[in-house]
Amino acid sequence: MNTQPVSVERKQEEPINFVKVEESRKFKNFMHAKKKFIVPLTIFFLVFYFTLPILTSYTTFLNAPFFGDISWVWVFAISQFIMTWVLSTIYVKKANRFDEMAEEIVKEQLDKGGNH
Amino acid sequence: MDATVIILFLAIVILTLVITYYAAKRTKSTGDFYTAGGGLTGWQNGLAIAGDYLSAASFLGIAGMIALNGFDGFFYSIGFLIAYLVVLFLVAEPLRNLGKYTIADMINARFDAKKIRGAAALSTITIVLFYMIAQLVGAGALIQLLFGIDYWIAVLIVGVMMTIYVLFGGMIATSWVQITKAVLLMAGMFIISLLVLFHFNFNISSMFTAVKTATSHGADYLKPGVLYTDPLSTISLMIALVFGTAGLPHILMRFFTVKDAKTARSSVITATWTIGLFYILTLFLGFGAAAFVGQDAILAANPGGNMAAPLLAQAIGGNILFAFISAVAFATILAVVAGLVLSGASAFAHDIYGQIIKKGKVTDREQMLAARYASLAVSVLSIVLALGAQYLNVAFLVSLAFCIAASANLPVILYTVYWKRFNTAGAISALLTGLLSALILVSMSPSVFSPVEGAALFVGEPIFPIDNPAIISVPLGFLAGFLGTLLSKEYNSARYAEVKVKANTGYRDAN
Repeated sequence: MNTQPVSVERKQEEPINFVKVEESRKFKNFMHAKKKFIVPLTIFFLVFYFTLPILTSYTTFLNAPFFGDISWVWVFAISQFIMTWVLSTIYVKKANRFDEMAEEIVKEQLDKGGNH
Repeated sequence: MDATVIILFLAIVILTLVITYYAAKRTKSTGDFYTAGGGLTGWQNGLAIAGDYLSAASFLGIAGMIALNGFDGFFYSIGFLIAYLVVLFLVAEPLRNLGKYTIADMINARFDAKKIRGAAALSTITIVLFYMIAQLVGAGALIQLLFGIDYWIAVLIVGVMMTIYVLFGGMIATSWVQITKAVLLMAGMFIISLLVLFHFNFNISSMFTAVKTATSHGADYLKPGVLYTDPLSTISLMIALVFGTAGLPHILMRFFTVKDAKTARSSVITATWTIGLFYILTLFLGFGAAAFVGQDAILAANPGGNMAAPLLAQAIGGNILFAFISAVAFATILAVVAGLVLSGASAFAHDIYGQIIKKGKVTDREQMLAARYASLAVSVLSIVLALGAQYLNVAFLVSLAFCIAASANLPVILYTVYWKRFNTAGAISALLTGLLSALILVSMSPSVFSPVEGAALFVGEPIFPIDNPAIISVPLGFLAGFLGTLLSKEYNSARYAEVKVKANTGYRDAN
């Protein structure tokens, strides 16, 4: 989202019509794609995270051995770290695509005042 | 205090002063002072976030908690890390796209209400002061232990250092002190962890077997439930940890030091890897301390377990490693308090003085002066408070700061970006309800009232049974924002369209 030079190029002096941009098909598609990606993953990582204290508080089955003296609770705890790294990597990959969509909206609509 | 400790201690002091000297020469405008001119790369800012975030409480406190309590100590490590997913997915990019110097700037991208700016500044200042007192009191006690000097001298040394960094070098100096500290801290953690693993022949399973018999907890040490026995307390703590980070002013301020949302994103990635590795390594430090230092020796040095990591360094690496880890702990404290001073100063000088009192009509020179005076004021105030709080048990103040951030700041940040109907009344309700409910509930909690004399600030039965009130105050903050909004008719969809477009595309007005 390299947006520094943008509105300098805009010729007309009147304010940008943000409502029109927000209601445009392209922006709506952009928001829909973002929502479809962010909402389920956010719900997923929050559920995954809170499952750990809930299970350790109300159950004991995670104390079953996994390997030697390492029990499943440790596996679950470490998997939280792995989940964080995996999700943040996925996020960056996906966000690069969102950047392209955002850039198109800036170029095609905002730089021209939003009335397109 | 032996010579190695003094030399390494002085090396850190000199190195950070050299950084400040060069930073001071480059600090020419208010933007340089608050945000390093927005010129940091993703890598640099990522390391600086890690340096800002990983406090002595994390480094020494969590290592000690794991050493003494096994699995339950590790809960903190998990919560502190997953919090960055909340930052990355929901907060970092819109914040970068809408804000300038402070959280209040971001909220005010949508509302031109001084009341909101004032309330946001109030919550920032409260969080910063609590966090700062906890850090300074901890630092004083720690430096006293490590270097054998008086508490008040220790607090003054840290206080004067942080003031110098911020006053002269602003965000540029603060960032580079934080980056330096992050590199030193990670190096120290890696060295200790490798030595611990070496002693177990790089067999993680035999490390687990060893700690099973190393403490008085026996096999329970490896199971949850040693420290946290009440389910609601545990879950409440986990709520504060995961949602607090995304509302912490000194962390969020770091996102204004990069040029755009893409760089903000890449800095979160660097931070997430660094912080994640750090918290995995706390496990080796904790287990290592339990096995090679022993529960009794850790408790004898400090009942909170704060000396576990330095004692472990001494046990497996001798005096040189002990000196190095002590110096790293010192650098850690400095980096965190400097970041706190800066975010407190921005709330005073930019939000309250520049925007509310002067209505934004200030020259760059006046703003710089105000920022420097405010930094000095925040520093002096926190040093005085820390000197007075020596004998108070202030450990709970950090989790209170996280709790206020999660209950007051996060609801408003999320509503501002994602809720069309949100309005001024909602923002003020959420900020004040989140702030006050967290404060009131903590003041009635076991952290403040304990029937055992000396265990808390006052003797008495706690009215509210849970230490960390997040399980109540976070939903209250969100609910107050929701109800406050619906009770007021005010509603500006055109302004929201602008905020939504800007937050998601990174588009900015020419001036």
